[in-house]
Amino acid sequence: MIDIENLSKSFTLHNQGGAVIPVMAGAQMHVARGECVALTGASGAGKSTLMRMIYGNYLAASGVIRVGGLDVVRAAPREIIALRRETLGYVSQFLRVVPRVPTRTVVAEPLLALGRPQAEAFARAEDLLRRLNIPERLWSLSPTTFSGGEQQRVNIARGFAHDYPALLLDEPTASLDAANRAVVLDLIADAKARGAAIVGIFHDEAARALVCDREIDVTGFTPARVA
Amino acid sequence: MMGSHMTFPAETPPLATPETPLLRVEGLGKFYGARIGCADVCFDLFPGEVLGIVGESGSGKSTLLSCLAGFLEADAGRVLYRGRDIRAMAEPERRMLSRTEWAFVHQNPRDGLRMGVSAGGNVGERLMAVGARNYGSIRDTATDWLGRVEIAPERIDDRPRQFSGGMQQRLQIARNLVTGPRLVFMDEPTGGLDVSVQARLLDLLRGLVRDMGLSVIIVTHDLAVARLLADRLMVMKDGHVIEQGLTDQVLDDPQAAYTQLLVSSVLQV
Repeated sequence: MIDIENLSKSFTLHNQGGAVIPVMAGAQMHVARGECVALTGASGAGKSTLMRMIYGNYLAASGVIRVGGLDVVRAAPREIIALRRETLGYVSQFLRVVPRVPTRTVVAEPLLALGRPQAEAFARAEDLLRRLNIPERLWSLSPTTFSGGEQQRVNIARGFAHDYPALLLDEPTASLDAANRAVVLDLIADAKARGAAIVGIFHDEAARALVCDREIDVTGFTPARVA
Repeated sequence: MMGSHMTFPAETPPLATPETPLLRVEGLGKFYGARIGCADVCFDLFPGEVLGIVGESGSGKSTLLSCLAGFLEADAGRVLYRGRDIRAMAEPERRMLSRTEWAFVHQNPRDGLRMGVSAGGNVGERLMAVGARNYGSIRDTATDWLGRVEIAPERIDDRPRQFSGGMQQRLQIARNLVTGPRLVFMDEPTGGLDVSVQARLLDLLRGLVRDMGLSVIIVTHDLAVARLLADRLMVMKDGHVIEQGLTDQVLDDPQAAYTQLLVSSVLQV
């Protein structure tokens, strides 16, 4: 479902003397349906960079990133938009929303964007919010005023609203209490069971051991010159 | 009620599909003597897409928008709307387009509203311009649209000058969208509004774009607004497009020196 071949990336800092910083070379990975793969490596090794490249958020210098048949490296913006709407979900560490939009709508948005009826989208959103222990009295409020942990759970609910065939998870269990952590691990297991291909970053080693089938150490993708 | 008046002339090609662009811009240029307003602008806009144009004042983004919307005569290139060149179109036809399938939201609501006419009249006027005649149904449609932009029905007979800046902007949006356009041009629609009023307007615009399947070209200097509204971004400097791509990619991994400077100059909140 997610196939990466010979991927490389460098940053050119035009405003700092045009310094070119190679950050990745020869990256390779394959994630099948129903499989969860953890990216590992020290902080700064390139886990988030790789994940952002898969999502099309960072441009690749060369190589191939195929997600469900689309090569993200060469795809037009609107193809990536369609990929993100239908195929590839992403739970980032931080919630980014339009202020004032109620939590229920924030979570239902991925389904509304797919043209699902509002009643169905809201029912799914409410089910997820309930599972993630967001009190019902908060559903009509904007999550921008919530605590960090609550925002993260809203973000997770939103990321799991649509059954994406492929999912990227950036620290989905960080800063959650035991009960909510268990709910998130269940959501991940459910997604795997329905055939989703998942790539995740988990500093929580126990969580990683529970849901991940394999680990890929991105240190192996560090370009020789900077290693 | 309005169906027969709202369709585009029959000889035009079939509707744009997700596979064919609604708007195609090829080599568009505008020159003020030796000075470049904008030059070599090329892009496609597909149905339901929101394109943001960002850049500093004087970058040519407003000139470009005016050329696209037909307010300014371009000097080079083509603007193809559903396959037909706008620059080659007769003036009455172009005017009809701008009343039916196109809409333009100005930064200053006073430029897009009739300040001496009631709120309901402002909305109804655009309906009448495309042939609506039944007073009752015009008023009903106007009331419905005031509701959609969150203006209370009892304000329907008030004049826009009795409204706050945010309300005036929402009224301008209602006036523009009441005829069900496909393509909306917006020039700094949240400029000059308080941050809290901006957020409400952004939320409203996003909902309308999604529900009506609008294609939008929005000019803004506010990168936060661009991030929340636009699917794609075009960065302009000195009349030229220097970078374009997916909005979050351009903002998070900018390639051009100028875009890197622009992004890194924004204060983080």
